[in-house]
Amino acid sequence: MSLDFLYWAAAGGLGLAVLAGPLGSLMVWQRLAYFGDTLAHGALLGVALGLWLRIGGGTAVLVTCLGLAIVLLILERSRILAADTLLGILSHSALALGLVALALIPGARVNMEALLFGDLLTITPREVAAIWVLTAVALAVLGGFWTALISITVQEDLARVEGVRVGAIKAVYKLLLAAVVATGMKAVGVLLITALLIIPAASARRLARTPEGMAAVASALAALAVLSGLAASWWLDTPVGPSIVVVAAGLFALSLAVRPA
Amino acid sequence: MSVAASLIALRGVSKHFERHPVLDRVDLEIPAGRILTLIGPSGCGKTTLVRIALGLLHPDAGTVTRAAGLRIGYMPQKLAIDPTLPLSVGRFLQLAERDRAKCQAALAETGIPELWGRPVSALSGGETQRMLLARALLRRPDLLVLDEPVQGVDVTGQEALYALIGDLRQRLGCAILMVSHDLHLVMAATDEVICLNGHICCHGTPRQVSLDPAFVALFGPRQALYAHHHDHNHDDHHSHDHG
Repeated sequence: MSLDFLYWAAAGGLGLAVLAGPLGSLMVWQRLAYFGDTLAHGALLGVALGLWLRIGGGTAVLVTCLGLAIVLLILERSRILAADTLLGILSHSALALGLVALALIPGARVNMEALLFGDLLTITPREVAAIWVLTAVALAVLGGFWTALISITVQEDLARVEGVRVGAIKAVYKLLLAAVVATGMKAVGVLLITALLIIPAASARRLARTPEGMAAVASALAALAVLSGLAASWWLDTPVGPSIVVVAAGLFALSLAVRPA
Repeated sequence: MSVAASLIALRGVSKHFERHPVLDRVDLEIPAGRILTLIGPSGCGKTTLVRIALGLLHPDAGTVTRAAGLRIGYMPQKLAIDPTLPLSVGRFLQLAERDRAKCQAALAETGIPELWGRPVSALSGGETQRMLLARALLRRPDLLVLDEPVQGVDVTGQEALYALIGDLRQRLGCAILMVSHDLHLVMAATDEVICLNGHICCHGTPRQVSLDPAFVALFGPRQALYAHHHDHNHDDHHSHDHG
């Protein structure tokens, strides 16, 4: 039996893991876990839209997530409601709307479990390529804005006075996050994608002394979780996405035993 | 002071939040090389006025004019770094200036050169304020804007910090705009005081302001009495109104 599918799964998962380090670290520092969840829930609506409009699922999900990120940016700026209330409303509305829409589409055959928890083992070479292209582009963008992103994280007003284009850079970061959530959904599903971003970053905190160090350690831990999760899934016949997250959570528990660097 | 010589001039600036007026037609001029302190009770609009002067906030009405090429060093009131972000003092400064030697010089300028490698989360209140001040200095500012610069600092530390601020003005020749909620604290450190409560109640030297009826009405007699104690020309101030 060919093991190609396993190699593709590993390649796709590792691409996401590399990106999860810096992107997830920024999410942890800026407390954007809930923002990530909201985007992920919106991805389900994207699946429904894709089926309804008969366009490719990946494209529909990507467009939906980017659209949702833009809506969130606009609503946040208008300050109608507190940010977490806003996210609470949008997050669960998007999830519910996605589930209802999927049920309403006649003849839609949807593997709900794959959507919610991922299906890394059926990933196609094309999807793997898409992940690595995204990872390369996103790392280049994050690298270019890294100092500005840290500066915004530390003190936004100070960054603004020092001439950092805060609004534009925050928008770029959130759109990147949306693209990663949409693309990473294949690996661990809409309910677990935030976990892959947040947990390795949180685990890396005690192992790093600098922001870059934390991002790099987070990438390594995410990669370890992806490979171990795949292996566990292979030997124990457990679902891949949840296995990856369980390993990540285990690594986090271990990291608590480390004395802070 | 002519308009031409001022670094920032605010004219008739008003600002509302949710229909609640915070600033009402405020005029403010920041002249070069002087220390100006904004004082007022909490909620009086001090921070709002500073944010408008810095360009962080747009006024609902009025104009803000900044001198061309004005370099501002800003020391924000709060530094709420998430504890999950590992950041050393040196790295904090290098967010504004890549040149390591310049950052170290700024840290020496504010008296804490030995803290370069210390995590920001391990700093005391006074050390944090000095680090923020060092970052503001990196901009080689014409104007330093300090929002509650002695917040979270113990009493001896406060005196030392105000002495440092006065000293920096002498050495760098920059203007300073300070915000404080306590005239008592800034008496010795400032040239001019502007008392704010949605509008400008009174302004002048610290002593003038401390004796101004509008100031006393706003703060009660405690802060006024403090100044009074140093005022040996008592005769003018005993004309009680028995109406």
